[in-house]
Amino acid sequence: MSTTTKTKLRRSMLFVPGSNTGMVCNAFIYKPDTVMFDLEDSVALSEKDSARLMVFHALQHFTYQDIETAVRVNPLDTPFGLLDLEAVVRGGVDIVRLPKTDTVQDVLDMEREIERIEKKIGRTKKTMLLAAIESALGVVNAVEIARSSSRMMGIALGAEDFVRDLHTQRTKEGGELMAARNQILLAARAAKIGAFDSIFSDIKDKEGFMHEVAYVKSLGFDGKSLINPNQIPWLHKEFAPSTKNISWAIEVIEAAKDAAERGLGVVSLDGKMVDAPIIARAEWIMDLARASGVLGAEL
Amino acid sequence: MRDLEKQYTSAELTSVNAPFFACKEQVKGQDRESKLCESIEAAIKRSGLKDGMTISFHHAFRGGDMIINKVMDIIAAMGFKDLTLASSSLASVHDPLIEHIKNGVVTQIYTSGLRSKLGEAISNGLMEKPVHIHSHGGRVHLLQSGELSIDVAFIGVPVCDRFGNANGHEGRSKCGSLGYAMSDAEFSKYVIVLTESLEEYPNGPASIAQDQVDCVVVVDAVGDPSKIGAGETRMTTNPKELLLASLTAKVIEYSGLFKEGFSLQTGTGGASLATTMFLSEKMEEKKITASFGLGGITGTMVYMLKRGLIKKLLDVQSFDEFAAKSLGENKNHIEISANQYANPSSKGAAVKQLDVVVLSALEVDLDFNVNVITGSKGILRGASGGHCDTAAEAKLAIIVAPLTRGRIPTVTKRVNTIVTPGSSVDVVITDQGIAVNPQNQALKEHLIKAGIAVVDMQTLYERAIRLCGEPKEIAYTDKVVALIRYRDGSIIDVVRQLA
Amino acid sequence: MSKILEPAHAGTLESSDVFVRVVPSEHAGIEVELESSVSEIYGEAIESLIKATAEAMEANYVRILVQDKGALDYVIKARVQTAILRARGTTNPDWSLLS
Repeated sequence: MSTTTKTKLRRSMLFVPGSNTGMVCNAFIYKPDTVMFDLEDSVALSEKDSARLMVFHALQHFTYQDIETAVRVNPLDTPFGLLDLEAVVRGGVDIVRLPKTDTVQDVLDMEREIERIEKKIGRTKKTMLLAAIESALGVVNAVEIARSSSRMMGIALGAEDFVRDLHTQRTKEGGELMAARNQILLAARAAKIGAFDSIFSDIKDKEGFMHEVAYVKSLGFDGKSLINPNQIPWLHKEFAPSTKNISWAIEVIEAAKDAAERGLGVVSLDGKMVDAPIIARAEWIMDLARASGVLGAEL
Repeated sequence: MRDLEKQYTSAELTSVNAPFFACKEQVKGQDRESKLCESIEAAIKRSGLKDGMTISFHHAFRGGDMIINKVMDIIAAMGFKDLTLASSSLASVHDPLIEHIKNGVVTQIYTSGLRSKLGEAISNGLMEKPVHIHSHGGRVHLLQSGELSIDVAFIGVPVCDRFGNANGHEGRSKCGSLGYAMSDAEFSKYVIVLTESLEEYPNGPASIAQDQVDCVVVVDAVGDPSKIGAGETRMTTNPKELLLASLTAKVIEYSGLFKEGFSLQTGTGGASLATTMFLSEKMEEKKITASFGLGGITGTMVYMLKRGLIKKLLDVQSFDEFAAKSLGENKNHIEISANQYANPSSKGAAVKQLDVVVLSALEVDLDFNVNVITGSKGILRGASGGHCDTAAEAKLAIIVAPLTRGRIPTVTKRVNTIVTPGSSVDVVITDQGIAVNPQNQALKEHLIKAGIAVVDMQTLYERAIRLCGEPKEIAYTDKVVALIRYRDGSIIDVVRQLA
Repeated sequence: MSKILEPAHAGTLESSDVFVRVVPSEHAGIEVELESSVSEIYGEAIESLIKATAEAMEANYVRILVQDKGALDYVIKARVQTAILRARGTTNPDWSLLS
C-alpha cells in the first residue's frame, strides 16, 4: 500500500488483467500513476479464482509498495464480487474500482462490505473508491454518485459499455461521449474528486490517442485509463506542463519563499499580489513537471 | 644480395642477355585461369594443408553460414587431424562441429562466440585444450602478433572473379561487408575464396583483392542471407524493450556528448532498433547530425544515413539485407576490415574515434564488469564480439539490459565470466534503475541535472536479488574449457567445466 | 480439511508463469516434483517454497507436480494455493493461511 491521497497526481491508470502473469509481474516498471489490476471483464470465468489470488499476492509484493494500486472487482451480485473484496482489501489495495455504477446504492453496498472487512482485519487505512460510470443511468446519477461516500476519490467513464447503452458506437470525433464526459467532469468537480477518461483501445493509433488525450485534458480530466504500457509516455508527454508554465511556477514559488524569509505577509510578483490558491497551483505545476520528467537541461 | 652481386659481376654477363638472365620462361597468358580450382578437395590439396595446421573462416553470414560445415565435412573425409579452427565467430548452425571435435579433426578453437549445443558440449568438457574466446579487435591483434597464424583461410563470398576479386554486396546471397574476412585474408598464408557466382575479370569494387587470393572455387551456396537475422526490420511493440530504448535515448541526449558531429555504435535486436528510432527523433528535433555510425550495421542505421542524420557508416558487418544492399549503393556507406574497426594494435582503429556505444549484457556485476559469453547456468552461449573493444575506446559505453530476465538476475554480485572490465563501462541502464560508474562523475551530474534518476549498482543488485532470490553458486570442476582473451591478448578470465 | 479430494491444476506454461498440478496421494505428507527452467540456481528454494505454501494450508496426502517457467515466488505461491483450493472445491479460503 502506498501513501496515496485523494489529490495525488493521476494521469495514467494502467489496466492489468489479473490473469496475465507477465503483465502483473512487470506493470510497475512502466511507472503509471496508478496500476489497476482487473478481476472483471478481462478475466475468464474459469480463472476468476486464480486471478484473485495472483492480485492478492501482487498487492503485497514489494514492487507494488511505492506505486498506487487499484483493483477493478466483480459486481457484488456475482459469485465473485465479495471474494474479490476480501482478497484486495486484505492485500492492501489503495483503491477499489467499482464495476458498473448506476446508483448511489451501488456505492453504499460496496462501502458497507469494505468497511466490514477492514474492521475484521484491523485495517486502519481507508480503502478508497473509484466509481465507473458505464450507463446512461450512471451518467444521470453522476452528481449523487460522486458525493455518495467520503471514500470516493474519483469517477471514471467506461465508454465501451456506455455507448452500447446509448445504442451507438465510438467514433474518432467522440461526439457520442460529449454529454457523458461533461457530466462526469462537472459531477467530479462539484464533489471535489478526480475525473478520469475511458480507455483508447487502438494501441497502434498513436495520433488518434494523442488527439483524444489533448481533448480530454482541455476539458479538465485528471487522467485516463490505459490498456497498454506504451501509451504511458505518450499520455505523460501531453500532460506535461509547458516550459512557460514551469517558468511561471518557479517565479511564484521563489516569490513566496522570498516573502516568507523576509517575514512579509503578502506575496507579490511583478507588482501583482499572489494569493494562496495561486501558490498552490504553482506547486502543483512543479509536481507535474517533476513527474513528467521535463525539469531537464532545457531549463 | 650476394647472389645478385655475383650475377651482375659475372664475367659472362653481357648487356644483351643480362635482363633475362635469371627469369623463368613463361607462356604468355598461361596463368589467367590458374587460380580456379574445380572442387573444395582440390583446393585443399593445392593449399598444402597438413595435420596440426590452422584454418580460418569468417562469420558474415552468421546463422546462415553454409561454408564451415561443408568444408569441415570435406576436411574430415580427407582424413586431416589435429587442426586448429579459427573462425571469426560460430553460431548455433555450427553444432555439427561437435562430431569433428570428437573425431579429433579439430583439437583447438579460436572464436568470438560459442552457442547452442556446441557451447554446451564444450562447457561440459568436450575439448582437451581450452577454446580461445577473442574479441573482434583482439582476433586481429592475435593475427598480427603471430600467436594466431592461419595456414589456410576459407572465405565464402557471393561473387568473385577468376583471379580472386571478391565482394559481399553483389550476387544472390549478399552478406554485405566482408570486414572479418578482409583481416583474415591479410594475415593468412593461403587464401581460398569460395564463391557462389563467378564474375568476369575484373570484379570490382573488391573487398578481398586478387593480390591476397591463392585459389578460387565455385560452390552451389555460401550462405542464406535471410538467416543473418540480427537486424530487426520492424519497430518493436514490446513495452519493456521500448522502455529500455527510451531510457537509453534519454541518457545519450543528456550525456554531454549529444552534439553536432557525435558518433554512434548500437547493437542488434529490438531495443537497439528502438533506441536509434528514438534518437533519430531527438536528432531531428535538435537539428543534430552524427559524423559516423560504426560496427555492425543495421537497416535502421541505413535509414538514418539516408535521412541525413548520419553522414557516414563504417561497416565491418552488415546485420541485414538493407545494410548489405546499401553498402553496394551508397558511397557514404563504407566497408572496413576488422583491423580498421577495432584492433587495439593497428595503426588506426575506428573505435578510437567513437563517442557513444550501446551494448548489451547477459550479466553485469557490482564492479560494472560485463559478461556476454556465459549464461546463468555457466554455459557458453554468447559472443565477445566488439564488446570490450568498443567499451574500452568509446567516450560513453552504455550497457542496456533488463534487471532480470524472467527469474534470472542480470545484475549480480560477480559475473560468471568477465568479458569487458568494469573500468570500460560508464553506465548501466535497466528497466528498474540506471547506475553510473563512480569513475564517471561528470556523467552522473549531467544525468541528475536532466532529472534522470540515478541509483548505485548495489541498489540494483539488491533489487534483483529481492525479486529473484539469491542464486545458488554454480559448481565447476578445475578444468578450464575456455580462455577469455582481452583485446590486447591477455587472459581476462577463464571458463571452467561444469561439475 | 487436510486431504486433497480430487486432482486439480492451476497456472500456465508461459514464461514467468508456473503450471501446478495437485493429485491425491496414499502417503502422508507433501511430495513435490519440480521441473524448472531455473532449477540449477533456484531449484531448492522453489521446492521448499512449494512445500511451505502447501503446509501452511495444512495440505496432506498430496503430490504436487510443478513445471516452472521462471516464475517469481509470489506467482508460485498464488498458483500452488489456487490448485489446492480447487482440489478442495473451496472458493472461500481462510485468508490468514494464504499470505
